[in-house]
Amino acid sequence: MPAPTTALAVKDMRKRFGALEVLKGISLTANDGDVISILGSSGSGKSTFLRCINLLETPDAGEVTVAGELIKMRRRADGTAEPAERRQVDRIRSELGMVFQNFNLWSHLTVLENLIEAPVHVQKRPRAECVDEAKALLAKVGIADKWSYYPAHLSGGQQQRAAIARALAMRPKVMLFDEPTSALDPELVGEVLRVMRALADEGRTMLVVTHEMGFARDVSTRVMFLHQGLVEAEGEPDALFSGATSERFRQFISKERG
Amino acid sequence: MDGAFVGTTFWRLMAALPLTLEVWFLSVVLGGLIAAGVVWMRVGGSKPLEILARAYVALFRGTPLLIQLFIVYYGLASLPAVRHSLFWPILREPFNCGVLALGLCTAGYQAEIFRGALLAVPHGAVEAARACGMSRLLLFRRIVFPIALRAGLPAYSTEMISMVKATALVSLITLWDVMSVALKIRNDTLVTYLPLILAGAIYFTVNYILGAAFLSLERRLSPHLRPRPS
Amino acid sequence: MDIFGIFGFGEGGWGLALLAGALMTLLVSACGLLIGAVIGSLVAWARLSGHRLAGAAGEAYAALFRGLPELLVVYFVYFGSSTLLTTVAGLVGYDGFVGVPSFVAGALAVGVISGSYQAEVFRAAFLAIAKGELEAAVSVGMDRWLLFRRIIAPQVLRFALPGLGNLWQVALKDSSLISVTGLTELMRVSQVGAASTHQPFAFYLGGLVLYLAMTLVTTRLFDLAEARATRGMRRIAG
Ligand SMILES: Nc1ncnc2c1ncn2[C@@H]1O[C@H](COP(=O)(O)OP(=O)(O)O)[C@@H](O)[C@H]1O
Ligand SMILES: [Mg+2]
Repeated sequence: MPAPTTALAVKDMRKRFGALEVLKGISLTANDGDVISILGSSGSGKSTFLRCINLLETPDAGEVTVAGELIKMRRRADGTAEPAERRQVDRIRSELGMVFQNFNLWSHLTVLENLIEAPVHVQKRPRAECVDEAKALLAKVGIADKWSYYPAHLSGGQQQRAAIARALAMRPKVMLFDEPTSALDPELVGEVLRVMRALADEGRTMLVVTHEMGFARDVSTRVMFLHQGLVEAEGEPDALFSGATSERFRQFISKERG
Repeated sequence: MDGAFVGTTFWRLMAALPLTLEVWFLSVVLGGLIAAGVVWMRVGGSKPLEILARAYVALFRGTPLLIQLFIVYYGLASLPAVRHSLFWPILREPFNCGVLALGLCTAGYQAEIFRGALLAVPHGAVEAARACGMSRLLLFRRIVFPIALRAGLPAYSTEMISMVKATALVSLITLWDVMSVALKIRNDTLVTYLPLILAGAIYFTVNYILGAAFLSLERRLSPHLRPRPS
Repeated sequence: MDIFGIFGFGEGGWGLALLAGALMTLLVSACGLLIGAVIGSLVAWARLSGHRLAGAAGEAYAALFRGLPELLVVYFVYFGSSTLLTTVAGLVGYDGFVGVPSFVAGALAVGVISGSYQAEVFRAAFLAIAKGELEAAVSVGMDRWLLFRRIIAPQVLRFALPGLGNLWQVALKDSSLISVTGLTELMRVSQVGAASTHQPFAFYLGGLVLYLAMTLVTTRLFDLAEARATRGMRRIAG
């Protein structure tokens, strides 16, 4: 068996908002094909962690390496951190596909236009090629017939599936999901989870912040439990969900189930 | 009052329409440029510039255009410093003063429209674009501007129509626009209503066409606001 | 004479005249706003009545006066009303010119314009009232007058206040156009002062400052009124 290659590595990430220290040193390594579920109660820093990875928030300290490339940071005169090269950040962002809780589709563009926007204008790939690929992706997430619709004309579940397809259209090395089903009506959650499960089966590398315990348990290769900005428990789902690694984690899952 | 009189009056008024439209167009463009600067100051993050921008908007929206126009045309011309300055060749022309005053005024209104339109761009749309790796310029060009344009268009259309109406004030600084030609005909012929009614019809028609053009633009740009295709 | 002398209240000073002009501006604008409120509510009522002809007439009125230059409306009302009055006077046996006072014509002109905008403000305010509240009122046996007085009017006023605040500012600014009819409001006083002292810059600037002060202060008053109106509504709501 060949040694697994590292798709994403985060080392000792720290972030504070004013007096509030949200991330107190979090590390994570995702190999190709890993599906890592990130659990934790509200406010534990899950979104901040994900957003620091693609620099939607600037981490105060820590290293992010995507497919072997380290994101270069530097210090300003006042000691705060900032990316050293905007272009590098933009390029690396296009290698990380982000899926938001509220979909964040661009309302003035059709579904197809949403999908080809970044491939054509950021990655500068030929339009025809992007269109073909986008249509294939829409078929994969089950909304092939909706390509000419505007987001406002889709259900929440369809919008989220379109948003997943939009992220996939950039051929990302890692997919980041921030509670992709939390804004959905319960009856629409299933269709989105099915798509995510299919992506996992395909061998995609995924980081998934979620409250769906079933998904974390059955689909992910690894689970990470955050508590007050630190990794409280981490491991393979079977071991973590059955074992007694952490009292807090047990409390957490019993609350989530209840 | 006969048909021939109606005809000649109408055509004399129409002959003044180009000047009215010229003042309108130039002041709206000038105002748009100034407004872009004011908005940039307002949202740029610098506190002193922000206060300056707020003051600009409050001043030009809080006072009548007529008195602004008179300050530019009569007021500035009375100052020796202005008469001996580089700008005198520009400011001595009533046409330029009219365009300048109208432009300065509409800039205050347009700045607020632009700002409102920018605020209407959902944060999530911007965030998604950044997450896709868009550079600032690309993000503005492809996401922020198109969404803001659609959000600001109705208010902008109203402002454009207001400005057509505002051009009538240049009749008070010796320019021969539609309004002042109507008053002259009225004075010369002592026919009370007809010149004003015809002038009103011309202004109304211009505004009607303008409003319809903006509405069709809005419709074209906003298919996402139409009902869901069946 | 120096600037302080010009704007002072002593002999040859224009301070008093400017203040009187500002007062006249407030007065004629307020009358205009009031006339506009009458016209506006009639037009709104016509458009909401469901009566096709009345609705079309109301719509035409609003569209017309929003499409005409304010200055043209001022001239038209000023010249037009005098001619009309002279004609009427002629019919009852008086021959000679009867001029309408410029205050009346000016307030009328401002009101006619304001009315076309107030119509929309009132209409939107009425439509903002929850339908359920009207049904609830009918179901407890309120008659139409009581319904209007106790439920509709206070709510329409509350929802219309922000819009009316804007239109007050518009009326204040439009009132400067009445200066062309010779009414000695602030704009006219500034003009006269500018001409007789040969200090146009100082006078127009002074006028500008007074206008700005009036808008800022009255806007603040409208904000307070709005806060009070909403507080009152909450108290009534329980
Ligand atoms: N931009 C911000 N400014 C200030 N505080 C923030 C910001 N973003 C998040 N926080 C705070 O950081 C903490 C963690 O937030 P978040 O990462 O969103 O938690 P989670 O996604 O786990 O619910 C919360 O207390 C939140 O209020
Ligand atoms: Mg979150």
